[in-house]
Order: sequence, then C-alpha cells, then structure tokens
Amino acid sequence: MDTYYNPADLAKFGDIAKDAPDLAGKFFDYYGAVFAEGALTEREKALIALAVAHAVQCPYCIDAYTTGCLEKGSNLEEMTEALHVVTAIRGGASLVHGVQMRKIAEKLSL
Amino acid sequence: MPLSAFENTLARHNLELTRGETTTLQINVGLTCDLACRHCHLEAGPARTEMMDQATTEAVVDCAGRFRFAGIDITGGAPELLPQLPWLIGRLAPLTPRLIVRTNLTALARPESAELPDLYLRHRVVIVASLPAVNAAQAESQRGGGSWETSIATLRRLNGIGYGVEGSGLELDLVANPTGAFLPTGQAQSERRFHQDLQRRYGIAFSNLYTFANVPLGRFRSWLEQSGNLEGYLRKLTESFNPCTLPGLMCRSQISVDWNGFLYDCDFNLAAGLLHGRQRQHISTLTELPQPGTSIPVGDHCYSCTAGSGFT
Repeated sequence: MDTYYNPADLAKFGDIAKDAPDLAGKFFDYYGAVFAEGALTEREKALIALAVAHAVQCPYCIDAYTTGCLEKGSNLEEMTEALHVVTAIRGGASLVHGVQMRKIAEKLSL
Repeated sequence: MPLSAFENTLARHNLELTRGETTTLQINVGLTCDLACRHCHLEAGPARTEMMDQATTEAVVDCAGRFRFAGIDITGGAPELLPQLPWLIGRLAPLTPRLIVRTNLTALARPESAELPDLYLRHRVVIVASLPAVNAAQAESQRGGGSWETSIATLRRLNGIGYGVEGSGLELDLVANPTGAFLPTGQAQSERRFHQDLQRRYGIAFSNLYTFANVPLGRFRSWLEQSGNLEGYLRKLTESFNPCTLPGLMCRSQISVDWNGFLYDCDFNLAAGLLHGRQRQHISTLTELPQPGTSIPVGDHCYSCTAGSGFT
C-alpha cells in the first residue's frame, strides 16, 4: 500500500456493509434521505457537505462533494465561500475559547 | 466487428434501439460558428467552412413539404451564419406547427443577425438558446471569453420583444450542458435555480430549461483525453445507464440531415459518422419516413443520452 487514501476506494464504500449489513442499510438509507431535496435543495445540502468535508478533512468526502457541488450547479465562487464559512467557524471556535484563557489568566494574575 | 460497449449493455438488458414514429426533422445547416465551445461534439467554430448550400436547403424544404413533420429543428454550428436562413424559415414555418431555431446567443447579436429576432417573432419560431451556467466564469470556461455579457444582452433583447415572457406564447428555452467532466443535475432543480438567478440578477425570463450531459465526441472528447478525464467520464456515463430512457430517446423519433443533405438518426451520430440505415442516403431521395422498428446504429457516445434521466 503506497498510501492510506486511494481515490478508487471511494467506490468501495458499500463494502462496509459486508459484515454488518443491517447497520449499513440503516446508515445508507438515512444518508440518502438526508441528501434528498427537502426544505433545503440538493445543491444547498451538497455545499454544506463540502464545507463539513473540509472541517473533518475527509479526502473521500472532498472528492465526492466537489463533484457533487459541480453536478448540482454550484460554481467555484460559491464553493470557495462555503469553505470560508467553515474556516470562520473553525477559527472562531478557537478564538472564542480565548474568553476562557482570559478568565483563567485574570484569576491567576495579580 | 466486435460489439461496442453500448451494444453489449443493450444486449445485457435484452434491449434493442430501433426507430419509432418519425415526428421531427432536424436540420444541421453547417459547422461555421462564431464560438468554438470546448464541449462541442461537432468541433464547430469560426474556422469551419462547411455550410449548407442553396440546392441542399431547397431539398430540405421539399422534404418538409412531403412529410409534414410535427417539429422541425434548425441547428448548427450557428444557424444565424447561414445566409439563406431567413429564406429557410419563411419556407419551413408554414410546413410545421413547431419550428425551432437553436442559437448560442452571441451569433444572434451580430450585426448581420439584426433582423432575425423580428423574423422569428413573425413566424412564432421557438428559440432554444445555449446557456451552460448562471455565472460568467463557468459559462465562459465553456464558451469563451466575452460570451457572457453578449448572451445576457441577447436574452434581454429577446425578452424585450416578448420571448420567454409568461403569457406571450413566445417560447424561449435554455439548454445547459455541464461545464466539465461531470453529469448534469435534475432538470427541475436546475430550472428553478436558473429562473431564480437569472430573474434576480439580470431580470431575465425564459420558458423551459433542458439539461443534457456532454457527449464524448469531437472537441469535448479531445479535452477529456488531454485533461486525463476520459476514463472517469466514460465510467460515469456507463454506470449511469438507465434502460428506462430508451423509449424516449430523440434518435427514435427524429431524422437528422447534415449540411450536405445526408441522413442520420441524430446529431451525435452525425458527429460520429454513423449514417441512418448504415448507408449514405440523400434527403432528396427520401420517399418515405423510416419504418418503425428500423435499427439505429449506436456507439459508446450513446451512453450520454441514456445516463440518469436521459437526453430525449
């Protein structure tokens, strides 16, 4: 094995059902239902998925939802903005903990 | 000769692609075009000189008079660049209830096309316009720099004379091909988005949107090869084969004529050189429409029309 991540493995995702078919069935049914058009369009859901894929840094998901976003009619400008949303939340989540830092530092300091 | 992958797929599903009732005449007037779109299966462009001459145009009109098609569809290249287009429209319009002229929108903005929109209006021609995306970057990546502004201006002009405006009875349809090696999304979703975005950003209305997969022929195939996408794209098309699309495929109900007057079952077979009836037949010798059940020659490009919800 040259690398842990092989793009061809994405197509083998279904193999995960081999030793736990009932659980996999439930998961894939749920997954399909989540991404079906509802109050949000399939295009909007794909953009959310793309952003989350970057937050969880899953190469399979980035591959799948980059293609998915393009297929659903999104463009690079929209997809890049979606990444900045997730980046803002990730960065903000770090920065907002600065409140804890400041509280503790203030308590310990003269 | 070994079967193509598409023929094998049909055989595996116990299917055969045969003609149904012929209702539509598609006229490809030639390969000259003001654009050189990167997805063009015919490799049309400004450097191409193949165009229909007057004698062939007259043979096409004679054929339309003999059979009375439910629809006649004029395509290219850019039909606007055919000098005898106004003559052709004038002759064909009384012969069919639905005369369609395709446009890339930029050719319709050229000075020599100035009279065409009013001509279309007088003959109640249905306009089918290519617009791959609702943003300039993607649209121009397929159609070339500078095409976006001109396309938007042309759509506004067509709206201005009533085309695409609800209640006008003047049909302006859009056709969107994906701007890369991926498949189109569902038509209904795309149409909603195109309506919203074009109305909100540009105040543009249209009648219907049709989304079609790009066909791996011509310039698009060359790009797929050069970019390393060919194998993946063909696999995607193959895996998306939907046998339910077969009854509605356009090749079953239309007869396509090229600029030299020769017949094909569709414009993609024309690009692939797959002749109707597997032999050269000129439109002037067409004395009866193809019999239902006549076999249609196929190639692996046919997967484009059978992918997902299909190309009908």
